[in-house]
Amino acid sequence: MSAFDVFGYGIDLLAVLLLALGLKGLSKVRSARSANGLAALAMGLAVAGLLIQLQPSATAWLWIAVGTTAGGVLGLLTAQRVPMTAMPETVALFNGCGGMASLLVALAVALFDPSDSGLVERISIVISVFVGAITFSGSIVAMGKLQGWIGTPGWTQSSVRHAVNITLALASLVGGVFMASATPVAGLAAGPLWLLVVASTLLGIGVTLPIGGADMPVVISLLNSYSGVAAAAAGFVVGSQLLIVAGAMVGAAGLILTQVMCTAMNRSLVSVLFGGALGAGASGGHVGGGGDEAGYTRIVSCSAEECAMALETAERVVFVPGYGLAVAQAQHALRELAKLLEANGSEVSYAIHPVAGRMPGHMNVLLAEADVPYEQLLEMDTINPEFPRTDVVIVLGANDVVNPDAKTDPSSPLYGMPVLEVDQARQVFVVKRSLGAGYAGIANALFELPQTAMVFGDAKAVLQQLCTELRSQGVGSKVAVAA
Amino acid sequence: MNSLDQALWVLLLGSLLGLELIGKVPPTLHTPLMSGANAISGITVLASITLIAKADGSTALLLLGAVSLGFALFNVIGGFLVTDRMLAMFSRKKSGAGS
Repeated sequence: MSAFDVFGYGIDLLAVLLLALGLKGLSKVRSARSANGLAALAMGLAVAGLLIQLQPSATAWLWIAVGTTAGGVLGLLTAQRVPMTAMPETVALFNGCGGMASLLVALAVALFDPSDSGLVERISIVISVFVGAITFSGSIVAMGKLQGWIGTPGWTQSSVRHAVNITLALASLVGGVFMASATPVAGLAAGPLWLLVVASTLLGIGVTLPIGGADMPVVISLLNSYSGVAAAAAGFVVGSQLLIVAGAMVGAAGLILTQVMCTAMNRSLVSVLFGGALGAGASGGHVGGGGDEAGYTRIVSCSAEECAMALETAERVVFVPGYGLAVAQAQHALRELAKLLEANGSEVSYAIHPVAGRMPGHMNVLLAEADVPYEQLLEMDTINPEFPRTDVVIVLGANDVVNPDAKTDPSSPLYGMPVLEVDQARQVFVVKRSLGAGYAGIANALFELPQTAMVFGDAKAVLQQLCTELRSQGVGSKVAVAA
Repeated sequence: MNSLDQALWVLLLGSLLGLELIGKVPPTLHTPLMSGANAISGITVLASITLIAKADGSTALLLLGAVSLGFALFNVIGGFLVTDRMLAMFSRKKSGAGS
């Protein structure tokens, strides 16, 4: 081993160490941001080390520059332009592209690398193609579903989908076995490979399509774990130990994170993957079906003015933000209303359900953007005992996370999911655009309770009206008196 | 240096390391952690670069290598930047308490 090789190894080891530290640091609030930078640094180091070891030719440099520029510029633009509300979709998109990269590497080696391939290399190619393709198509479907481009087709909720997916899995297996054993197929040298590519791509779609939107974060996390596995397999294909170790690390860590997220949502991974969309089956009770208003009989709606009057006298106000707040970009309007109420002597806090929005932590990010003080963001376990002594709860575009059926109705598909017990508060206002069902597609018993009133409208518009109303009542101008 | 059992040991130890790295994660950090881990999985860039450097004049390999490099780097650059954007909001909240 030359001194040059030792140098290369040293860089690789350092990169692995920094990647591991980065991943670890990302799970602590204090160190998260610097850890992210550390991981990025490690990645740069790994690439630099590899370039030093490989010493690419001038032509190779040219192609590397082309790929780098295209991917780098697009990544930069996407990361800067994408709104915070679309974060889950964005992560899915990035993840899908990572899977695509592993797929392409394996395809290129399988189709065009003239060197004699051994059994291990062929198995690695099969795994890389299989996992890479599933990651890609699954992530793109996940993105489409979160964006609302793709719905949940009816057949995916019947047992047909299991038959379809098992067939696709078997087809992938056949393609993979033929490919790995290098069994000659007359006239179709690359036949098994293409069978594998097509079947596993379709399998990724078939597995992701039936899953309901509320479970999508878990799916994205799992697909993220897969893309680590795909990277490790690509490491075997090109013979890079650094790639193997980093891929395996992300794959395993992704699996743990998936488990952590499942626990937070009180769902098991098995029921997420094979249970189908929540509430889409005819499982009794309060099933409303997406966007259907027929299920409600005792709805009371009120104007922003009435809501403002209740707020003016409330001593303790809790806001429950949900996806509707994110969509309406209403976080700044919310902060303004909260400031007015505080000036009026009310105690204000925000109840953050672990899966409010479309992804865990989504609401924390949005409210932090609006400079909401950290101490006012209360997690579910902290805030739930406080609801009985809360005067007014304002639910802003949240739905399933405040559904009391989850505690009381065993026939509800949500039964068992921990929810914010807003029904314990004296008065509840639900700001919502329509009576449409939440992401889980089921009706909400909260809306029919006697203490609940609906304020129909866009979250931002309603919040601004509330501010105007309160100001016209003189709130905010008489700060000193109120205090 | 790339004998099979060595590579398998690397795989095993890497997996074990990954399992141990993440224990308790506050819900606030689920999204950024997922996004950060996702960026790291774009480490396939190494495979793409290796492919290009060892293409040996094959245009197909060069082309596929460059395309896969583009995809992987989109994942890496986009992933790290988006994660940073998310985390920047948390840190501003702390220093912003006085403002």
